[in-house]
Amino acid sequence: MRDTLRIPLRPRPALAVVAMLVLLPIAALAAGQPFYLVFAARVLIYALIASSLNLLIGYGGMVSFGHAAFVGAGAYTVAVLMPMGIGSAWLLWPAALLAGALLALAIGAICLRTSGVTFIMMTLAFAQMAYYLVLSLQVLGSDDGLALPKRPSLGVLDLGGDTAFYYVALAVLLAGLLAMRALLNAPIGRALQGIRDNETRMEALGFATYRLKLLVFVIAGAAAGLGGGLLASLNGLVGPNLFNWTESGLLMVMVILGGAGRLIGGALGAAVLLAAEELIAEHTIHWPLGIGVLLLAIVLFAPQGLAGLARRVGSDP
Amino acid sequence: MPLSLIAEQLLNGLQLGLMLFLLAAGLTLVFGIMDMINLAHGSLYMVGAYLAAAVTEASGSFWLGLLGATVATAAVGAALEVSLLRRLYARSHLSQVLATFAVILIANEIVRMIWGSQPILLNPPPALAGPVQVGSVRYPAYRLVVIGVGLALALLLWLLVSRTRAGMRVRAGASDRTMAEALGVDIRTLFTAVFALGAALSAVAGALLGPLLAVQVGMGENILILAFVVITIGGIGSIRGALLGSLLVGLLDTAGRAFLPFLFRKMFPAAVAAEAGPAMAAMSIYMLMVAVLYFRPAGLFPARG
Repeated sequence: MRDTLRIPLRPRPALAVVAMLVLLPIAALAAGQPFYLVFAARVLIYALIASSLNLLIGYGGMVSFGHAAFVGAGAYTVAVLMPMGIGSAWLLWPAALLAGALLALAIGAICLRTSGVTFIMMTLAFAQMAYYLVLSLQVLGSDDGLALPKRPSLGVLDLGGDTAFYYVALAVLLAGLLAMRALLNAPIGRALQGIRDNETRMEALGFATYRLKLLVFVIAGAAAGLGGGLLASLNGLVGPNLFNWTESGLLMVMVILGGAGRLIGGALGAAVLLAAEELIAEHTIHWPLGIGVLLLAIVLFAPQGLAGLARRVGSDP
Repeated sequence: MPLSLIAEQLLNGLQLGLMLFLLAAGLTLVFGIMDMINLAHGSLYMVGAYLAAAVTEASGSFWLGLLGATVATAAVGAALEVSLLRRLYARSHLSQVLATFAVILIANEIVRMIWGSQPILLNPPPALAGPVQVGSVRYPAYRLVVIGVGLALALLLWLLVSRTRAGMRVRAGASDRTMAEALGVDIRTLFTAVFALGAALSAVAGALLGPLLAVQVGMGENILILAFVVITIGGIGSIRGALLGSLLVGLLDTAGRAFLPFLFRKMFPAAVAAEAGPAMAAMSIYMLMVAVLYFRPAGLFPARG
């Protein structure tokens, strides 16, 4: 019997993309455009964050409209801990991950009692509460946010250089995607997709659906928190807008654009959206118009998102 | 705290609530009947405010501006429904979110191309510029008119939905679309009309709030989220729920901003109160929504079922 749920690893296209990403800094330096490395690192981090949301939306059927809260929690954890004298990324990033996980545990435990539109609005509500809380707390810099004294260090590796940071972000993203694939191919990932398609039936089969969804929600929150920690380290500053609903909406747009329920959907959506922004913005100040038209075209002509489109083109002779 | 201050804040809350209702009414019907998440509803509010400013500037009359903006925005809404949104009804909520998010981006940029990035001015009619005496409170005349218009429109809408044949069809559609279609209701045409009406109401809200808030690009997004909160609290598809939700949110938001800092100053040191007061006020709306949804996941007045 064919295993339809199993996500195959296609070594050749995967290795080709990884090789291109590994060679990118060399190309950027050779072309005399080193500032693109910071942009590329940002894309990689957003790819990780969007993938974690894809795990919820695409595989778990949990349309979270508050994912930015976990990103913000991770980012502010790094920004708060660094001035206390903690400069090692080995401590800072796990702390960011933990912050995302804990916040996701608290929010998920309440929101996952509901489903559908109610779940969307509940997650939005908690993220907005976090936003207003951060906005008004003067210890967290209110609306100015916080600045990091410098980039964290990773043992012997100095992350001050953009090339080093890029490679670390790439490694984290690849590890994240491989872990996500392993999770989805494991029994828990299959149960998750079963819950997405028919929760009542999974319950009847004896699965503890609430606990399973909560576990995945916490995993996604942890990954988003880690992404937030990386983002803060890269940018050197954090602001309350990281928590705002527009940020959650943007992440959602990335996932749907790339293809919800496809392993690389989140990463693809993040890369295409951010790259399109950057490219169109070079030519016109009215770049959002171009993005809007692009998104509309994709909704109308590629209902499964870009990953679905690539698959359709690839499989048709 | 003086009684007149409380009265003033109650009036402010009533005014905000009624304007939210004008936005939420269209949104809840679109969501309820067609099961369509329309993020671009806030853009119609923005377009209404800009058109009102443009017509007011050209004609010299605020009321002509309000009327022109209402009619023109209704036409824009109908055109949007026929050309794009109609294709999305059968699609998933996720596709609808992506498509209407794209509409927000496009609408914002077109407005920016025509009117520029700077906020533009929309003045209230000169005759209403001053305050009037209401009992012991001196209250801006223009805000009173906004409240009056809001109340009148809410009443009209209630009559339309609950007392006319067209309204009966709308309610039938919101409660069970397939059944209504099977009984011979032309949901397609009805829905274009509902959408145009929703657009017109949000244009009225945009034009009336224009002189009080800034008319600028992006003004639709923040109020859109509040409108979604309102319809979720009220129960999606329910006009009655939208009215109650709007008034609750409007009063809570205004009261929270006005009174919570006072209250906290009595309980905590001044520095803590200064920080916690505004935060709790802004958070209170979302706490209300969580509390409502936790106990009544379908909202206060669910339209379906």
